[in-house]
Amino acid sequence: MGVTVRVNEIEHEVAAHERSPLLWVLRGELNCASAKYGCGAEQCGACCVLVDGMPAFSCSITAGEASGRDVTTLEGLVADGRAAPVVEAMVARDAGQCGYCLPGIVVTLTALQERSAAPTADDVVRALDDHLCRCGSQPRILAAAYAALGIADD
Amino acid sequence: MTDTAGRQSPSSRERWLLGSLARTPDLDAWLALRAGRVIVRTGKAELGQGIRTALVAVAADELAVDPGLIDIEGPATGSSPNEGITAGSGSIEQGAMAVRQACAHARRALVARAADHLGVPAAELSCADGSVRSSDGRAVSYWELVAEAGFGVTIDGAAATVAPRERRWTGRGLPRVDLPAKIRGEPVFVHDLGAVTRSRDVAADDNRPHTVRHARVVRPGWIEHALTEPADPEALAAAVRRVLGVPIDIVVDGSFVAVVADREGNAVLAADVVRERLRWRDPPPGPDAPADPQRMVAAVESSVLVDEGTATEADPGPPLSHRDAATALSATYAKPFLLHGSIGPSSAVARYDGGRLEVWTHSQGVEPLRPAVAEALGLPVEAVTVRHVDGAGCYGHNGADDAAFDAALVAVHRPGPAVKVQWSRADEHRLEPASPAMTVALSAGLDEHGRLRSWNHDVYSYSHGSRPFPMGPERSGLLAAWSQADARRRPGSQPRGGFHSGAHRNADPLYDVGDRRIAAHFVGGCPIRTSSTRSLGAFANVFAIESFMDELAHAAGVPPDRFRALHLTNRRAVEVIDAAVELAGGLTAPGGVDAPGRGLAFARYENVKAYVAVVAEAAVDARTGAIRLQRAWIAADAGEVIDPGGLANQLEGGFVQAASWTLREELTVENGHVTCTDWDSYPILRFSEVPRVETRLLHRPDQRVLGAAEAVTGPTPAAIANAVFQATGARLRQLPLSPKRVLAALDALVDSPNP
Repeated sequence: MGVTVRVNEIEHEVAAHERSPLLWVLRGELNCASAKYGCGAEQCGACCVLVDGMPAFSCSITAGEASGRDVTTLEGLVADGRAAPVVEAMVARDAGQCGYCLPGIVVTLTALQERSAAPTADDVVRALDDHLCRCGSQPRILAAAYAALGIADD
Repeated sequence: MTDTAGRQSPSSRERWLLGSLARTPDLDAWLALRAGRVIVRTGKAELGQGIRTALVAVAADELAVDPGLIDIEGPATGSSPNEGITAGSGSIEQGAMAVRQACAHARRALVARAADHLGVPAAELSCADGSVRSSDGRAVSYWELVAEAGFGVTIDGAAATVAPRERRWTGRGLPRVDLPAKIRGEPVFVHDLGAVTRSRDVAADDNRPHTVRHARVVRPGWIEHALTEPADPEALAAAVRRVLGVPIDIVVDGSFVAVVADREGNAVLAADVVRERLRWRDPPPGPDAPADPQRMVAAVESSVLVDEGTATEADPGPPLSHRDAATALSATYAKPFLLHGSIGPSSAVARYDGGRLEVWTHSQGVEPLRPAVAEALGLPVEAVTVRHVDGAGCYGHNGADDAAFDAALVAVHRPGPAVKVQWSRADEHRLEPASPAMTVALSAGLDEHGRLRSWNHDVYSYSHGSRPFPMGPERSGLLAAWSQADARRRPGSQPRGGFHSGAHRNADPLYDVGDRRIAAHFVGGCPIRTSSTRSLGAFANVFAIESFMDELAHAAGVPPDRFRALHLTNRRAVEVIDAAVELAGGLTAPGGVDAPGRGLAFARYENVKAYVAVVAEAAVDARTGAIRLQRAWIAADAGEVIDPGGLANQLEGGFVQAASWTLREELTVENGHVTCTDWDSYPILRFSEVPRVETRLLHRPDQRVLGAAEAVTGPTPAAIANAVFQATGARLRQLPLSPKRVLAALDALVDSPNP
């Protein structure tokens, strides 16, 4: 038993079951608790990380499947400053209430910002439709996203 | 009254002590000055409502210190004041006002000590930046005046609070103190305890565990469950080793079965292996359609009269007849069972050393939970400490307390390092106490001038209250207590008495309706556990009253805002309605015949808390029956606003959440148990379905603070249903407003064009 995973540009050999969802390896073995458990079924987005640069649900990818791929968590995106525009826009607007869904949302928005030259409001809404927020902070989160991604909010 | 130093003398009303201050009058229980910082202890939990930020603002103003020097601690049993349950829109109204009073007493004591220290009369001293200053330029810092030993002061309610014009932080707002760390994904939730071995956020003084063992409780999808034959922990552990090749510890206590592993992934996989090997007795059968209005009316167990918002013990008697009315209307409204639906399934950590039990939980009420846990485990209450740690939003009594007891039960079986329990999504959907189904039947009589002369309100509901509290050795409100070997009975559900307390919350309209008869009917035979959910009965009662007011306005031929104003003597109520209509730019959407509809609704929460009016704009697709919520405008009068940003956030969020209940949500119950297990079988609003929301706060700095967090929940469904009516002419009275119901209502219009 043991899996090699590359997370935030560092290779780790972890004593996890290969069928264990990546989420629990990130949280329990690699100090990456930004990925939250929400549903375990790709329905809420709380566990979102980047796999090879694309948003992915760490609750549904196994440690074995993640092996050999490039995993980036919000910890990594914060550490190297890539998440800063989105984080700053959300902090400036108190865009959230309980905050449990927000790390996954920051990951998705950071990825959208990086891979799209001129994202539109529709792109933002489409990307965020993979995420649930139960506190009802969507209006503020959208306002923060538009500000961070340079989209006119009209 | 303001004295020369800008202080506001307490009025007789303010002199009255808040309940929590009367219970804990020792100032040192609320406040400490330590190492250049101010420690404020609270019994109100951060649930995402931003209470910690509001407390910082209040304390900063009252003590004249920089907000950055203030730390908020608690709730934790034994070390923070007992403020009961964090619920009922009371965090600001009670929690923040208690801290304001406590800080006012601290300031008074500091000034008195400084007067001695500096040899200057107290009246010539002022406070700024953590120091007491004299007019001749001398100053002494708070931390010099009060040693670690504390103030030694009893709060008597007579200390003057800072005058509104002297306040720097309250009323203007402070950025949320807790949110930046949450946005950056730092490990601040109870779910994260033990997930990160070296966390810079973990407070050193509350003994939080840095490593945990991971437990999963294996249960079927209903609450009172029993195994057909005893579980054999060794055989189950052997099966896990065989299938997964990982070591596992199995805890069995009667029909309570938990797997425990060092690695969380192993616990998750092992739980699935164990689940396949356990056999459960069938759940007790329940009624087929427990939320059906006819079934609910037929299953009434007891009925009482509600007088001035308070449930009496009197029989409500027959409905008023409206026989002298020029026009009489009647209508019945209904809501289904709903989930709290926290995005983070419940979690808790517990540690037992053979004598003392410590629990870390996102419960709304650590104080009642502590004796409830002790009782169900047969431990002395003094042996148990329960501490709050932030969780995902709960919106009422969800699985938090049950998960806390799960963790405690596993920990008692396995003394030593801490144990963390994490519920699954299916656990949370199927086992958390749901918001009860309700039916509301209304009738009213109008005179020839279109004025209300008589009003009947009959509310039918299952229980809104099943929180855990000490119940003696026989019974428990905690889930695992019903299946442990030393099983406790699940308490029978009872109607709640009191003022606006449960099913009858906001059943008594604020309007001048002439003769009124308000009856609360308690419905029996509920197949699932139900309990407090944001706004309790107000969601259904205000949905019914405000939809009905719209129907009556149309019957009277008066615009809906004008019709309400005609029946209101409360000036603030009328002003908040006018403000919402003005913010929306009127109650008619631009766009001619194909324009979307606009609907208005209003309520004063519990008839004594915040006033909220909502205008919603909705378009209806006549082909699919889909309702598209486009815009919403909210106006609120919450008296003195402590934290405008926090209040607006709560109102916007409350609207979106209630809109989700209104348009999408219905917890289905079959054969006595919940059949929704995930977000596909229980969908909630997604980003693309959320409208733009604008909010206007009516600042009234000279008025008492009014609780507001749940105040928008009731008006929201009525505003939406009224908008659908304006757009289509179809009146929808049963929630959710699903495409199927919309199409049926549109079809009925074609059949009968004058509804």
